[in-house]
Amino acid sequence: MADVAGAGGERNGGRASYTVDDSAGALRFLPAGDWSVRSILPIDKDLRAFAGRKPERPEAVFDLSGLTRLDTAGAWLIDRTSAAFEAQGVKVRFEGLTDGYKLLLDKVSEGGVLKTPSHERPSLYVEVVGHIGEVVSDMWVEAVAFVDFLGAVLATIGRSIRQPSRFRLIPLVHHMQKAGFEALPLICLLTFLIGAVIAQQGATQLRRFGADVFTVNLVAIIFLREVGILLTAIIVAGRSGSAFTAEIGSMKMREEIDAMRTLGLDPMDMLVVPRVLALVLTLPLLTFIGDIMGLIGGGFVAATQLDMSPGVYIERLRGAADFWTFGVGLLKAPFMAGVIALVGCRAGLDVTGSAESVGTQTTRSVVRSIFLVIILDALFATFFTAVGI
Amino acid sequence: MARKEEPIIEVRGLTTRFGDNVIHENLDLSVRRGEVLGVVGGSGTGKSVLLRTILGLKKPDEGAIRVFGQYVDELDDDDRRALERRWGVLFQEGALFSALTVAQNVQVAYREHLHMHQDLMDELAAVKISMVGLRQGACDLYPSELSGGMKKRAGLARALALDPEILFLDEPTAGLDPIGAAAFDELITDLARTLGLTVFMVTHDLDTLHATCDRIAVLAEQRVILIGTIDDMLRSDHPWIREYFHGPRARAAFAGK
Repeated sequence: MADVAGAGGERNGGRASYTVDDSAGALRFLPAGDWSVRSILPIDKDLRAFAGRKPERPEAVFDLSGLTRLDTAGAWLIDRTSAAFEAQGVKVRFEGLTDGYKLLLDKVSEGGVLKTPSHERPSLYVEVVGHIGEVVSDMWVEAVAFVDFLGAVLATIGRSIRQPSRFRLIPLVHHMQKAGFEALPLICLLTFLIGAVIAQQGATQLRRFGADVFTVNLVAIIFLREVGILLTAIIVAGRSGSAFTAEIGSMKMREEIDAMRTLGLDPMDMLVVPRVLALVLTLPLLTFIGDIMGLIGGGFVAATQLDMSPGVYIERLRGAADFWTFGVGLLKAPFMAGVIALVGCRAGLDVTGSAESVGTQTTRSVVRSIFLVIILDALFATFFTAVGI
Repeated sequence: MARKEEPIIEVRGLTTRFGDNVIHENLDLSVRRGEVLGVVGGSGTGKSVLLRTILGLKKPDEGAIRVFGQYVDELDDDDRRALERRWGVLFQEGALFSALTVAQNVQVAYREHLHMHQDLMDELAAVKISMVGLRQGACDLYPSELSGGMKKRAGLARALALDPEILFLDEPTAGLDPIGAAAFDELITDLARTLGLTVFMVTHDLDTLHATCDRIAVLAEQRVILIGTIDDMLRSDHPWIREYFHGPRARAAFAGK
């Protein structure tokens, strides 16, 4: 005689328990109490062990008359036990089976022999190497797809040049306003602050050598060549690249892009080219304004910390930077704009049906465009060094 | 089916407003234990709002709601959580957690509330999943890989995870093809009978009303204008009810039944 009782359910004060009576001719299994999802946990382990043991009798009787409550979870435990007995060649007979219990037991066993989902995972080594391989091959696929998309956009632009009627002016202006004009306050503020910070840090360090007048050279070269364009491009990637992905992505999700195609409209013409051109046209302008604001920020610090009058500051700027210091920065802008817009639009078109895919694609677009902007900047730096500018 | 006199859900004097827009005014409704109640009404009559209000997802502007004899508003956090475990909800689109597989969706309640070990959770989830008529292979799929009908079934499996006493369904057959919808009706009837569920269902589907519901409540004019069986609906003289239950679609749905 064995007696197993659970600790009791959290509600209804129910406890699940069972007794096993081996004294009569047949093995008697007597569940008692509240066998529900909230109370079965404490008896599950013992019951599993009990079902796994080889019973000595050819027949088992499941007497359910002691149950006060049974739900699907409890019914599953009983069904699992009886199925385990039957698998070992023991005949199972039910007693005290009400209509309700019978319905439940039938329902639970309906699925036949249930295979529980397996949790097998490949070894760590396979997983790591597999993941690296996957990433590398994805990168290759991505690179090919990007070049493909670039070609498609260029072809569309080429077609627009031959057939100007295909060109969409209003969307172009709209996106120039949204991506360019409306980004101005943010870009002005940030470049001003970064310009001031560079000047302030530079002045503090250079003062040690008594070279604090060279702060102006520092600000001019670092800002015009690198920081102005990088900062602007990164802000635009975060602000407009993500917006492109989200806009096009949500249109893709709602099948608007498919609707366009069925109406004989080319989404490349309607959506992609205006955005790419808008960014290619506005990013140099934004960079220019960003450069100026950065220099003004530097001048502000020069005036307050170095007692340098604006006139002297401008004079020293002229000495420090020539046209190409400025031109190098500005030359990079359209290329970076193209990369940001292409990455943003393509990620948008890659959205599949679900809302979460818009989210992942937007994140991917921002990460990828910032990454590519910095790579591009590094390539340009080597190039300009090689040609000696 | 046990029919006690005490209603399992009781709504008294409910008023709901959105700004100046009055959705419900002095609405009364009681749901009996063990019945399948269908709530119908035109668009914008606040069927889903009523459902959300009973579930406590929206606070009533006036009036009281009792579920299992407890005033939902007045419960403290612990009692409220205990109450929530006694009902299951199937949202319109299934509302499955997209980051989890179907089996994990079903197991959420076991894991969070009952702290079960993985073996038992897997078994119980498999039982629920086969109970709602999904094949076992569906266990490891993510919601994005499921069709609309499978999403609803998976949502139902999650709603049934803790063996609730009340099941709330929001437009269970919307967006399903007629065969899928009929199969879903059958599933709900079958489960309600087997598990002794009380079902509160918001629906537009006349076939569902006919196939599954014991009683129907009609929402119009900011309140429940009629509650009763299909026959009561067919006998009513109210213009909206007449149009709804005697329209061409209704005739088709009830033909030969």
